Amino acid sequence: MEQKKYVIRQISVFSENKPGRLAAIAKALQEEEINILAFSIAEADGFGVVRALVDKPKKAYEKLSGIGFNVAFTDVIAVQMKDIPGGLYEIARILGEGKINIEYSYAYSGKEAAVLILRVDNVEAAISAIRNGGGTLLESSMFQ
Amino acid sequence: MKCWDPRIEEMPREDIRRLQYRLLKTLVYRLYSFSPFYHDRMREEGVHPDDIRALSDIRKLPFMVKSDLRDNYPDKIFVAGQEDLVRYHVSSGTTGKPTVVGYTQNDLNNWTASLARGLVSCGLGRGDVLQVSYGYGLFTGGLGLHYGAERIGATVLPTSVGNTERQIELMQDLHTTAIACTPSYLLHIGEVAEKMGVSIRDDTSLRIGILGAEPWSDNMKTRIEEWLGIRAYDIYGTSELSGPMFCECTEQNGFHVWADLAYVEILDPETGEQLPPGEQGEMVITMLQKEALPMIRFRIGDVTSYDDEVCGCGRTHPRVHRISGRVDDMLIIRGINVFPSQIEYTLMTVPEVGQHFMIEVDRKGALDDMLVKVEVRREAFSDKITDLMAIRRNVEHRLRNALNVAVNVELVEPGSLPRFEGKAKRVIDKRKI
Repeated sequence: MEQKKYVIRQISVFSENKPGRLAAIAKALQEEEINILAFSIAEADGFGVVRALVDKPKKAYEKLSGIGFNVAFTDVIAVQMKDIPGGLYEIARILGEGKINIEYSYAYSGKEAAVLILRVDNVEAAISAIRNGGGTLLESSMFQ
Repeated sequence: MKCWDPRIEEMPREDIRRLQYRLLKTLVYRLYSFSPFYHDRMREEGVHPDDIRALSDIRKLPFMVKSDLRDNYPDKIFVAGQEDLVRYHVSSGTTGKPTVVGYTQNDLNNWTASLARGLVSCGLGRGDVLQVSYGYGLFTGGLGLHYGAERIGATVLPTSVGNTERQIELMQDLHTTAIACTPSYLLHIGEVAEKMGVSIRDDTSLRIGILGAEPWSDNMKTRIEEWLGIRAYDIYGTSELSGPMFCECTEQNGFHVWADLAYVEILDPETGEQLPPGEQGEMVITMLQKEALPMIRFRIGDVTSYDDEVCGCGRTHPRVHRISGRVDDMLIIRGINVFPSQIEYTLMTVPEVGQHFMIEVDRKGALDDMLVKVEVRREAFSDKITDLMAIRRNVEHRLRNALNVAVNVELVEPGSLPRFEGKAKRVIDKRKI
């Protein structure tokens, strides 16, 4: 299916909320020469989930699991935003009108453009909505 | 009033021993005849009722332990039929099944009499208002004290536990003179009262605390007495003995174990030999008159010593000193007994978490706070925080149901908790009592 190329595998890592845990994850990725393209930390009471887009997700999964971390793959999509006021609104409006719920999201602003990474309740519907609404999705091959 | 029942409480030693022997002999014959459970135990030990020829022959009898009640859940160990029971109480057991205890009318009468004697011995009587801030319901604390206090003509204020501000208002408005609760809950009441601008010492009529259901030290007693301006008395019991049962007298030098109701032994936990007065060992209690659920040589697991001298108050019954520890890993959280084995058993019913765990206990303010750390299984790990929160809530909910006490759960990384070879040390107790 054509849409599939827009589905990006994010790695999610369970982490206790205490000093040194992020360093342990980052060190492991460095050792495998895995580059982190975007990441975020979600925190709850006492624990957190580190989410990252990396260039070699399978290798990252194996490495982190191997040293004892709880790791999962999660499907996300990346949308290019205009790096101007209203850039986020444009994307959020398309998804809202398509009745697609954003479960979580994080963003980075690069040289070319700003990128919004989204975890949504219905990935296929989101891809269709964004494409039909005039948005630009980034292909997973750009990352991985 | 000095004694509730002077004939018994001041009975000469020789007469007490004769009475105890007669009661023991009757009890053993009755159990051998009517309790299949204890009959088999005696046969296994090769003991016959005819072998009991002196009080000291009690040491020939087999022990009972808490798991005997669980293994015979709910009432297979009872000697009375259901139609002869007038009450049940239920406490959490060591694993899985709770412990059910039953009472005949005579059992309730003896329990009430034991507390009537104890309450009078620490200076309560007609004219006093006793606020019972132990839990009412399946737990024995509330109803036990309630009946004992009514028997001596004191006025009972059955507040049960919780809603502390209202407890303090009622304490003031109804002129409570005595309170029965855990020592840590009384400290909590003192702290909440101060926040409300109420001094227990100056603004209430409180003069006596009947405190138990959890271990406490002489230091804590002194602190409570000096801060709140009351006398603090230790009360002791477990549901297997009936409930809260034995209370300190005004001498404050150990709780009197009424010898017509119970026979105390302090044993060397290693050899099982009886230890002399003053030496610390494992307390073993035989209930001499219980009908529905007789307890013979019951190993409660508490470590303490006893004193056999006639008390300064004139009572001739032995005194047992403050409990100093446990022979096992049982914890007491807000007055409720918690065994790490119960936690292990409960965690096995939750597929999302592993069976390894650590317990951290501390005091937050005056109240116990228990944290259980569990590992999230790899298969159960979800990227969504809400899923993880739901796992945590589920574990908290199940532990609360199994233990009857609120528990905080922390999810930790798999493999991060210590693994034990041999005897596990899963408890970190930071409380200073």
